[in-house]
Amino acid sequence: MTTFKAGRDRSRGDAHAHLAAAHAGKGQKPLRRITAYSLRHGWQASFAIGATIIAAVLQLTIPRLLGHAVDQAQNVLTTADARAQEALVWTALTLLSVSVARGLFTLIQNYFGESVGHHVGYELRLAFYDKVQKLSYSYHDKMHSGDLITVGLLDLDGLRMFFSTGFVRTILLTILIGVGAWFLFTTDVLLAFLALSFVPFVAWRSSVAQLTLRATWLMLQEKLSVLTRVMEENLGGIRVVRAFSGGKYELNKFDAASKEALALSHQRVQVRVRNTSMMTLSFFTAMGLVLWFGGSKVIAGEMSIGTLASFLTFMTILQMPVRQLGLMVNSYARASTCGERFFGFLDAPIEIEDKPGAAPLTVTDGTLRFEDVSFTYPGANRPTLDGVSFEGYAGQTIGIVGAPGSGKSTLAHLIPRFYDVTGGRITIDGQDVRDVTLESLRRSVAVVQQDTFLFTTTIQNNIAYGDPWAKERKIERAAESAQLHNYIMGLPADYETVVGERGVSLSGGQRQRLSIARSLVLKPAVMVFDDSTAAIDAGTEHRIRSAMRRYAKDRVTLIIAHRLSSLMHADMILFLEDGQIVERGTHAELLAQGGRYKALYDLQTRPTDDIDVEIDADIERAAQ
Amino acid sequence: MSTPMHATAPMANDEERETATYPGQRPPHASVGSHRIEEEVFGNAYDPQTVRRIWAYVRPYRRKIYLSVAAVLIFTATQLAIPLIIGRAIDTGMVAGGDMQALVGAVIAFAIAVLLNFGASYVQETQVGEVAENVLFDMRRAMFAQLQRVSLSFMDKTEVGRLMSRLQGDVNSMQEFLETSVISVGDIVLLVGIVVVLLSLDPGLGLLTMVTMPILFVVRIFWLPRAKRAFWAAHETNSLTAGAMAEGINGVRTVQNLDRQQVNFDLYDDKAYHNLENQLTGSKYAQVMVPIVDTLTGISMATVVIVGGNMVLNGTLQVGVIVTFLFYIQRFFDPIRSLTMQYSIMQRAMTSGRRITEVLDLPVTIADKPNAVTLTSDMDGSVEFRNVVFGYDPKRPVLKNVSFKVNPGETVALVGPTGSGKTSAMALVHRFYEVQEGAVIVGGHDVRDVTQDSLGAEVAMVLQEPFLFTGTIFENIRYNKAGATLDDVVTASKAVGAHEFVERLPEGYNTVLEQRGSNLSLGQRQLLSFARALVADAKILVLDEATANIDSYTERQIQKALEILLRGRTGMVIAHRLATIRGADRIIVLQNGEKIEEGNHDQLMELGGLYSRLYNMNYASFDDIPDDLVAQANAKASST
Repeated sequence: MTTFKAGRDRSRGDAHAHLAAAHAGKGQKPLRRITAYSLRHGWQASFAIGATIIAAVLQLTIPRLLGHAVDQAQNVLTTADARAQEALVWTALTLLSVSVARGLFTLIQNYFGESVGHHVGYELRLAFYDKVQKLSYSYHDKMHSGDLITVGLLDLDGLRMFFSTGFVRTILLTILIGVGAWFLFTTDVLLAFLALSFVPFVAWRSSVAQLTLRATWLMLQEKLSVLTRVMEENLGGIRVVRAFSGGKYELNKFDAASKEALALSHQRVQVRVRNTSMMTLSFFTAMGLVLWFGGSKVIAGEMSIGTLASFLTFMTILQMPVRQLGLMVNSYARASTCGERFFGFLDAPIEIEDKPGAAPLTVTDGTLRFEDVSFTYPGANRPTLDGVSFEGYAGQTIGIVGAPGSGKSTLAHLIPRFYDVTGGRITIDGQDVRDVTLESLRRSVAVVQQDTFLFTTTIQNNIAYGDPWAKERKIERAAESAQLHNYIMGLPADYETVVGERGVSLSGGQRQRLSIARSLVLKPAVMVFDDSTAAIDAGTEHRIRSAMRRYAKDRVTLIIAHRLSSLMHADMILFLEDGQIVERGTHAELLAQGGRYKALYDLQTRPTDDIDVEIDADIERAAQ
Repeated sequence: MSTPMHATAPMANDEERETATYPGQRPPHASVGSHRIEEEVFGNAYDPQTVRRIWAYVRPYRRKIYLSVAAVLIFTATQLAIPLIIGRAIDTGMVAGGDMQALVGAVIAFAIAVLLNFGASYVQETQVGEVAENVLFDMRRAMFAQLQRVSLSFMDKTEVGRLMSRLQGDVNSMQEFLETSVISVGDIVLLVGIVVVLLSLDPGLGLLTMVTMPILFVVRIFWLPRAKRAFWAAHETNSLTAGAMAEGINGVRTVQNLDRQQVNFDLYDDKAYHNLENQLTGSKYAQVMVPIVDTLTGISMATVVIVGGNMVLNGTLQVGVIVTFLFYIQRFFDPIRSLTMQYSIMQRAMTSGRRITEVLDLPVTIADKPNAVTLTSDMDGSVEFRNVVFGYDPKRPVLKNVSFKVNPGETVALVGPTGSGKTSAMALVHRFYEVQEGAVIVGGHDVRDVTQDSLGAEVAMVLQEPFLFTGTIFENIRYNKAGATLDDVVTASKAVGAHEFVERLPEGYNTVLEQRGSNLSLGQRQLLSFARALVADAKILVLDEATANIDSYTERQIQKALEILLRGRTGMVIAHRLATIRGADRIIVLQNGEKIEEGNHDQLMELGGLYSRLYNMNYASFDDIPDDLVAQANAKASST
């Protein structure tokens, strides 16, 4: 198993401070908020900023020193002065030390700039992850998981890098261009004007180019994701493709998606190249003008060769940073849009959380009670559950049946507060589920869901998901009860076999059995099977039920199922229709009543001719 | 976890919930994200065979490549020329009195160089960029097309994710390589050019200036492997952290359901923190080169100033040459830097190239014979298995000498316990796999003698798991039957009873199914896949009945649809539900790859074999019967 480094505990304490800081500044503009957040790393940020200023100034002195050197060399020639030779050595040494110092300060600037970014990234990731886990089902129902992943990866990156690519770069460019221009203008106004003439043009083009590139990049990503989907679905559904001889059809689909993406890629190349070559051209044109006018001045004796050389080298030094103006503008644009989404997510209200001063749930008798419970999904105009009341005692099994959409699963989701009731209340041993802590509630209520999410890890870790401290014997016993143990022992590394997306894949029935084992490890007071045996054959289901019987005396068990054989044995069966309980009683009582339950029972057992007449009528109606 | 977990465990405190014994301890059975082990991609930087294969894809664009290499050479030449022109302008135009004419000449030369530079860089970058994109898409298409032809047994055992990383990651690193390789041609020429120009301007000063070049080379050779490892580690932990985050999002319901938030947060923090450390190490390696390069630049400049200045004093050097030297020194280290980077790119590209050719070279085991016949719709629609032997592993046959015939228009149910070979038999009708012995005859032709396309047109298949594509319902039902109109689709949907729910959807038949139809119920997806088979209008229908339990009403609807689907066709149904089985004209019972019983329901019941015993157990479906009961029935059947 993984070993953990010392010092982790310290970071744990920090983690909560980071979360608090990420949530502070709520409502601020994203750029302001991320800047303030980045500046929390006070000394690293000041190192980066200080080093940037020094490095920029040093950078600017290099052309002057080179100019000096050229003039001194020229002087050596004309005056043949020994002191001039000495001055030359001094200039050379200064040049060397300035270069070394510039390198060191650039190192500091870049390293600490990036370091602030990495720290900010780490902290925002924690805040993001924490928030994902805290937001309730209703939020995740609305938000597409792919979009959320984009927020957590790309938007976070856009914010994280803002400090170095936006903030620090702004300081750098301001000094380079500002102080540089001041140097040049104080030397020679005309030449300074010419030397800097390319700056506005390049700044404009590079900003336009970067913004266009980003916009087309987003479009390209969209086209590429269509292409990815075409390929993925083709490979995943290869049997269907082959069965319908759809090879050519699929190639056409591929070509269509591919063509669109390729056209956009070409467009991007064009945008990039057109702008970079234009920028280079404008730069060299400016240089040519400096050479022409400067040269004329030198000839006229108004300027030294060294000064001209310093103008020219100054231009070469300025060329790259000016091109980066576009990156800087892009960084602002990106951080602002990314920040809007990212902080919007962090600030999203959490609908379901502990009440202030909520106490843990204390389970005594294990009585579950629904008191006139109603529930309406946000935005829906009809209630999904309407005035549902029933109670279950420890040791009892309650069966719930009803047509799809009758509210069965919703009922299950209300007990552990995946959603909150909109009317009435649900209590466990007299405590309203909304008054106790979520942690204690969810530990006492286990819902075995319809679809089992497998984590890519060992099958053992998957079973122990709710109780990762569980002893191995406990895990094994849960697997035995869920009738999964024999299968596991047949796997290459038995309980250590990795399952899930990147491991051994399990069949629908095996996944459901794993999900049952997961809940059994928890030994909950309330256990809900939400149609979670649909893919398990009746025989195995029967054995699971017998195996669970010995634990069942301590808990209320709710079984939601289509197959009546799964819940015929229940102490009470509730028949749901449009969110209301329309029939209730034991299997025998309900059969005797001769109502909807009986009709459903007949549907599943007797010959099907009568129902066919109904379906025929439906199809007939549709055909008209 | 070294000891086998089922060996020893104290029973006493089994029921108690364990917790951490010291703060910061992690639970023994927990992780977030997957442990992904990715092979490092540092292989050979040059592999002639791979290069040859890749060249085949570049070849169609070779003119553009030649053109851009030429452009790169011109571009490099102008880069070399510009400092020279400036130096000359100073020496001939400005030093000692000044010569206006020389200055004009220099400025004109400068203008020409600049225009050439502009044109060459435009040509080179557009050509290279577009060629690299084109090659990328061509390669991807070739791989995709190949995957449409390779045997299904290969597809069965290969993860979609692995193939996708070939189609995307590997192809992208090839593109990166193509884009940068032309530029590195320019870098090499520039490097050689600078060396030559400096030496020819002044051999002594040139050599002295260039002393720093080999130093940088040596430094980079030491730096590169370490830096690469650091960058790789940073990349790895970054994607691991991203993976853990994606898992947290996708599994959020389970996480909340089982109250794992706190544990997950701590584990995620571990991962993210480890990533932070690796990122910082990566930054250190990336930035440490900056002062080294700057120091070396400084040394070279100082050398030029001191030595060059003295030479000017001695009259052996002109001032303009010093300026030229200083200009070159500014550019000195760029080519060295990008060339050493190019080495890693090449390594990556070779590995990717090998992986791509692996896919391109996958054998196509099932192909049309040169004189393959086209199966037409006037064939009789019979299916016959003649002494068929088949196994995915030749040594372990799944079907052992199976013979039976399905007459035109007849519906035959294949039944038998899991592993009896039903699904394989069905796949053979469509020639998904090749039989080892015997033959599968469709409409009087051996399936190996007809074209695959015509076979596909006459044999429709409905798989157990309905698979839908992202796209409209109309597109899904029509699939590749290009001639089918909306009317045909609607008629088919009405026939199978799908029309009603489709009509109720917001956009009707134009409703886009997101993520393979996950917004529909299983029963609805099933009905759509029936409609798709009905539109395909094949003579023969092969169907694998779904086993999952859906609500009773929908299930019955599906049964009805099945009847309509089989009307007027030859049907082979892998049947699970008793209703389907009883409705068939004939039942074939398979067990362990052998046909053990055949006949209609009444005949088989009279026979008193496996079928009658299973039937009498009164399960709604044969698949519901637990394995041990099947074994019992077997034993009894064989003893009588």
